[in-house]
Amino acid sequence: MTRPETVPAPRRKRRGVVQTIAAAPHALWCVLFILAPMAFVVYYAFTDADGAFTIYNINEVFSASYLRILERSILYALVATAICLVLAYPLAYAITKMKARHQPQIIMLLMLPMWINLLIRTYSLKILLETNGVINHALAWVHLGPVHFLNSNFAIILGMVYNYLPYMVLPIYSVLVKIDRRLIEAAQDLGCNSRQVLGRVTFPLSLSGVISGITMVFVPSISTFFISKSLSDGRVKLIGDVIETEISMHNVAAYNIGSALSFVLMVLILVSLFVTNKFGEKDGGVIV
Amino acid sequence: MSQKLIELKGVSKSFDGEQVLNNIHLYIRDKEFITLLGPSGCGKTTTLRLIGGFETPDEGEIFFEGRPMTDLPPYKRPVNTVFQRYALFPHLNVFDNIAFALKLRHVPKEEIDEQVHEMLRLVSLRGFGDKNVATLSGGQQQRVAIARALINRPRVLLLDEPLGALDLKLRKDMQNELKNIQRQTGITFVYVTHDQEEALSMSDTIVVMEGGRIQQIGTPTDIYNEPENAFVADFIGESNIIDGVMKEDLKVNFDGRDFVCLDRGFGENEPVDVVIRPEDVDVVEPERGMLRGIATSVTFKGVHWEIIVDINNFKWMIQTTDYVSPGQEIGLYIEPDAIHIMKKSEFSGMFGDYSSFSDELDELSDPDTPQAEAESDDQT
Repeated sequence: MTRPETVPAPRRKRRGVVQTIAAAPHALWCVLFILAPMAFVVYYAFTDADGAFTIYNINEVFSASYLRILERSILYALVATAICLVLAYPLAYAITKMKARHQPQIIMLLMLPMWINLLIRTYSLKILLETNGVINHALAWVHLGPVHFLNSNFAIILGMVYNYLPYMVLPIYSVLVKIDRRLIEAAQDLGCNSRQVLGRVTFPLSLSGVISGITMVFVPSISTFFISKSLSDGRVKLIGDVIETEISMHNVAAYNIGSALSFVLMVLILVSLFVTNKFGEKDGGVIV
Repeated sequence: MSQKLIELKGVSKSFDGEQVLNNIHLYIRDKEFITLLGPSGCGKTTTLRLIGGFETPDEGEIFFEGRPMTDLPPYKRPVNTVFQRYALFPHLNVFDNIAFALKLRHVPKEEIDEQVHEMLRLVSLRGFGDKNVATLSGGQQQRVAIARALINRPRVLLLDEPLGALDLKLRKDMQNELKNIQRQTGITFVYVTHDQEEALSMSDTIVVMEGGRIQQIGTPTDIYNEPENAFVADFIGESNIIDGVMKEDLKVNFDGRDFVCLDRGFGENEPVDVVIRPEDVDVVEPERGMLRGIATSVTFKGVHWEIIVDINNFKWMIQTTDYVSPGQEIGLYIEPDAIHIMKKSEFSGMFGDYSSFSDELDELSDPDTPQAEAESDDQT
C-alpha cells in the first residue's frame, strides 16, 4: 500500500538496476542460445562455402528429392498430430470427470514416461516391435504373426504418437479442468443434453488448449530425426534426418544445405503456428 | 395464483455427511414471485438447484404440476436459471448468448432474430447484440443472463442471488426491473437471496430458511409482523426479543410488569418470546414510560435516531425521530399492537439483545455472496 509519492526517486532507480541485473542471465541466455544460433542458421543458409551470399542452397532445398522428403515429413507430422488429438481429447476429458483427488495421480502417470530419455523410449519401442520381439512372441502364442512392424509408416507414426501424446493431453486437460462448471450447468439449463454441452460449450471453450496441444505435437514431430531413423533402420528419411546427415558431414557445402533446410523448416513451423493461432482467434465457431 | 406449480415433498439432502436440507415441504404457485431467504449455508441455493435439476434429493420427491420430476435432467425441465455471477458463455457475443436456447432447437433464423431483439428490448439492452460479454458491466451482464433464460419462455425462472454482485443503486433499479419483467411475462419467479430488504420489497411469498429447515412461509407483511420464532424476527428487520410469560389471553408479563397485547391461544403462564420492533416503541418522559432505562448510545441514521437503551441489563434498540442525548434516562411506551408473542423455539435466547451490537459486526455477519454454500455444492 505504498503511495507513489512516498517512494523516493533514487530508490526506485536502484530497483530498476536490480531488475536489470536479475534479468541479465536470462537475456544472455536468450542471445547466446536462441538468437545467435538462429542468426547462424540464416547466415549459413544464404552463403556458399566461401561465405558469399547465394540463394543456391534454398533453391536446392526445393529440388525434387528434398521436396519429397519435406512433403513426407509434413504428412507424417499431420497424421501423428491428428491421432494424438483424437486420443488425447477424450482422455483429457475423462480425467476431468474423475474425482478431483485422483486427477493429479493420473496426470502423474501420464508424465512418468517423460522422465525417461526420448532415445531410450524409442529404442524400447523398437525392441517391443521387432520381428522376434515381445509383441510378436505374444502374437505367436495365439498363432498369429509374426508381423513386421518396423520399417513401416505405422511404426514411425506410432513412435511419434507414443512419444508426444502427453504434450497433447496436458494442455487440453489444463484448459478443460478450468472451465467454470456453472457454464456447463447453464448450457444444460438452456436445453443441452450432454453431447450438445460438449459440442457447443466445452469444446469451443477448450480450443486454446487444443491449439497449443497441436503446436506442441506438430513441431517436434515435423523436425524429429531419431524416431524415424531408429524405427525404420534409417530407411525412411524425414527432413530432420536429412538435416542431421548434412550437418554432421563435416563438409562446408553440405553444412550450407543443412542450414537452408533448417531455415525452410523454421519458416514452415512459423507459418503453421500462425495459421493455427489465427484459427484459434476466430471466436464463436460452433462445432457440433 | 392458486394452482400448485411445483411441489417439494419431504426433501432432504446431504453433502459429505453434512445435512444441508432437512425434510423440506414447499409448494410454489403459478405466476407468483417466491423468495427463498436466509443466511449463507441455510440451504436456499441447494433448494433452488434441486428444482433446477442440478442436484438430486437424498429423500423426498419434487413434482411439477403434480407429475414427479425428481429424476428429470436439467434440459428436460420447464425451468430456466439465472445463475449467481451470470455464467454467460465467454465464447459467444450478447446475441448468441441470448439465442443459445433457440439455436439449440433449430428455430428459423428470422424468428431467432425477432425474439432476441424482443428480449434485448425487454431488458433495455437494445443495440448490444454484437458486444463481447466480457466488455459489459455487471448490470448489463445480469440483464443478458435474464434475457438468455427468459427467451425459452420457461414456466418458472430460478434466480440465484442475481443481484448479489451489483452495487446498491443498481440493485434497487434492477429490483424494480425484475418485478416489472415478472409482471409483464407472467412467469413464476423463484428467487434466492440473503438480503431481507430485497425479499420484503419484491416477493409475493417469502420462505425463511435456516439450518436446512423452513422456518416460516408467508407474505412479506406476515413475515415481518408475525414472525414465528426468534430467528425469523431477528433475520427480518431489527427486533428486541425479550423473555416473557403469557399470563392469560391478551396479557403478557415481561420486565416485571404486565402488558396488554393482542395475542391469544397460549397456555396459562406459558413462557414465550416477546418481539417488539424498534420503530414501534414511543420514547416518552421517564415518569410516563411503561419501562424506563438509560440511553447508552445514540446514532444518527438519517430518517431517524437509533438509540440503544439499557433496561434491566437488556439492551433494546429503539428508532425514534426525537433526539435523546446519551446517558439520558428515558421512558418507553408500548402500544398493545406493537407487541408480538412467539412460542419458545430452539432459537430462543440467541437473538434480540443489542448488547454486542455494532453496525460493523452486522456487516461482517452478512456476507455479500454466500460462497460457502456454492462451494459445498461444487464438491459433488
